[in-house]
Amino acid sequence: MSESKTADLTSVAMTPRRNSRMGDTLAYWMPKLVLSPTLIIVLVFFYGFILWTGYLSFTNSRMLPSYDLVGWANYVRLFNNERWFVSLRNLAVYSVLFIVICLAIGLSLAILLDQKIRAEGALRTIYLYPMALSFIVTGTVWKWMLNPQVGIEQFVRGLGWETFRFDWLVDPNFSIYTIVVAAVWQSSGFVMALFLAGLRGVDDSIIKAAQIDGASRFMIYTRIIIPSLRPVFFSAFVMLAHIAIKSFDLALALTGGGPGVSSDLPAIFMYQMSFTRNQMGLGAASAMIMLLTVVAILVPYLYSELRTKKHEH
Amino acid sequence: MASLNITNVEKSFGHTHILKGINMDIQDGEFIILVGPSGCGKSTLMNCIAGLEEVTGGQICIENHDITGVLPKDRDIAMVFQSYALYPNMNVHKNISFALEIRKLPKADIEREVERVAKLLQIEHLLDRKPGQLSGGQRQRVAMGRALARHPKIYLFDEPLSNLDAKLRVEMRTEIKKLHQRLGTTIVYVTHDQIEAMTLADRIAVMKDGHIQQFGTPQEVYDNPANRFVAGFMGSPSMNFIDTELVSHEGQVCVKLLVLDQLHYLPTPSEEQGLKERVGQKVVLGIRPEQITHVIPHYASNPSTFIVNAKIDVIEPTGPDTLVLVKMNEQEVNCRVEPHEAGKPGETMSLMINMSKTVFFDPITGERL
Repeated sequence: MSESKTADLTSVAMTPRRNSRMGDTLAYWMPKLVLSPTLIIVLVFFYGFILWTGYLSFTNSRMLPSYDLVGWANYVRLFNNERWFVSLRNLAVYSVLFIVICLAIGLSLAILLDQKIRAEGALRTIYLYPMALSFIVTGTVWKWMLNPQVGIEQFVRGLGWETFRFDWLVDPNFSIYTIVVAAVWQSSGFVMALFLAGLRGVDDSIIKAAQIDGASRFMIYTRIIIPSLRPVFFSAFVMLAHIAIKSFDLALALTGGGPGVSSDLPAIFMYQMSFTRNQMGLGAASAMIMLLTVVAILVPYLYSELRTKKHEH
Repeated sequence: MASLNITNVEKSFGHTHILKGINMDIQDGEFIILVGPSGCGKSTLMNCIAGLEEVTGGQICIENHDITGVLPKDRDIAMVFQSYALYPNMNVHKNISFALEIRKLPKADIEREVERVAKLLQIEHLLDRKPGQLSGGQRQRVAMGRALARHPKIYLFDEPLSNLDAKLRVEMRTEIKKLHQRLGTTIVYVTHDQIEAMTLADRIAVMKDGHIQQFGTPQEVYDNPANRFVAGFMGSPSMNFIDTELVSHEGQVCVKLLVLDQLHYLPTPSEEQGLKERVGQKVVLGIRPEQITHVIPHYASNPSTFIVNAKIDVIEPTGPDTLVLVKMNEQEVNCRVEPHEAGKPGETMSLMINMSKTVFFDPITGERL
């Protein structure tokens, strides 16, 4: 009785099963099919061009790529170049200030937002909005604001403070800090979001336990909550560091590397050498140095991330 | 170690009243368990004792000092949380010593204290580990160690065993009991597990809807429940409630019980004098499963036992006993019988009902009669 029932069921299932086998095949190939264009694009335009740039950095390419190898000559020239060192020093100043200030502001905003305040959602959105702008827009807007003739300086003088000076944008000693200001404005909201997520992950009863143990609010933050945010600090650092090293559009829109080369960054150096000053080999060499810097930051990060994941499971 | 007096404590969040006038007098060294279904306010009461929530009304005193408005850190209490709430960035040693460091104790005293607690809870080998590297049971011990380190006046336990697996829970339960016997401290312990409540408590406070329904020793609460809720909450499997009617039969106040088409008149215990006035009214008969057993010849001659024949619907072996489900007054009734005496579903078996410990409730209000 039960056997004949089973047979019945199979014969009924026969017709749809053929369809489902075709469906299975489709389901098997579909993800691969959908992903393959992306894969090809990534392979060619990222890794392919990295390899090509690496190759060009060992050639005497000038306006157009050439394939005559010249060994390490471009790298030797690069590290004898005064302007490259200016851009490296600028990068160091810019990235240290940018990362430290972003972390400080982001963490403070997150802690303040985490005090169960009203309209938290609205405030969070406001702080996050700068992230929605492209760096070009940020750079242009801040260029107007920092311009002594039309911006903040002019505004404050219009209010009656005739001797007010805020001309960092045109002062070679301070121009790099204007990039820090604009970049911090754009990115600290994002860092805040990261920290806020981290703070929300802290178990409420840990805070209660600390209260009963007698810790003050300040101590609860400094001794317990902030130390437990270490992974968030690390992620935020890595993201900010690679934003800093890649910084190009913001600096180009805001200062264009000027006045002179006073706010030059490696990315601007690379762009100008490769595409406007017919030094493609030198530009490629500087690009490779930047790539290696990013790799030097990312590899330990990825290593630790993957290792902790494995540890958890 | 201290006494704890809670007088008329109320707590509301906006228009939601969580605690509606709680009164408890807890003696020095007592182990008190707050038990009740979720949402009954037991955790809120605990938080009010700890000072993590401000009360909206009433008074809390420790050792006759009013601490109602005092900050948690100045109440001299320690709390163990359900999630353990260990500080994830500190190792076990630091977790235990943190509160002592905040109180600026001399370093040597702190070391001695940590050592003492670690030895007491057998966690000496774990002192250098971070909480993330510990098992659930070990974390539980560390959380208790952190509470013990300060010699507080009162310990609060907020469902401390709920996150452990069944076997470990029983082990830790025994250990908490031993610890209490050794230290003789005042403990207030919240749980929703009535077995935990029965095994650990000196006195149990059964809570529901922001009221204490009954506050008494485990045996009192079990044998003499104040109302139908307490009777049903304590004990597993839970007490049987049978809708029936009080009648006068052969000069005794009896309940009518219809089992397998045969009407029985079972006399109520003589202590329940109040039932006389209710003759002719509907009542709910409360009888625990262990009071309906297979026929034990030795007890069968007892005047308070009666034998009925019932048809078995379902049997549930638990190992030491088998639960037999039968119908009385058209309602399902659990009986607890010896495994080898239990029949099979569909069979008829003789059951012995012991009426001496039965209780009666008002069918509408659920209050004990």
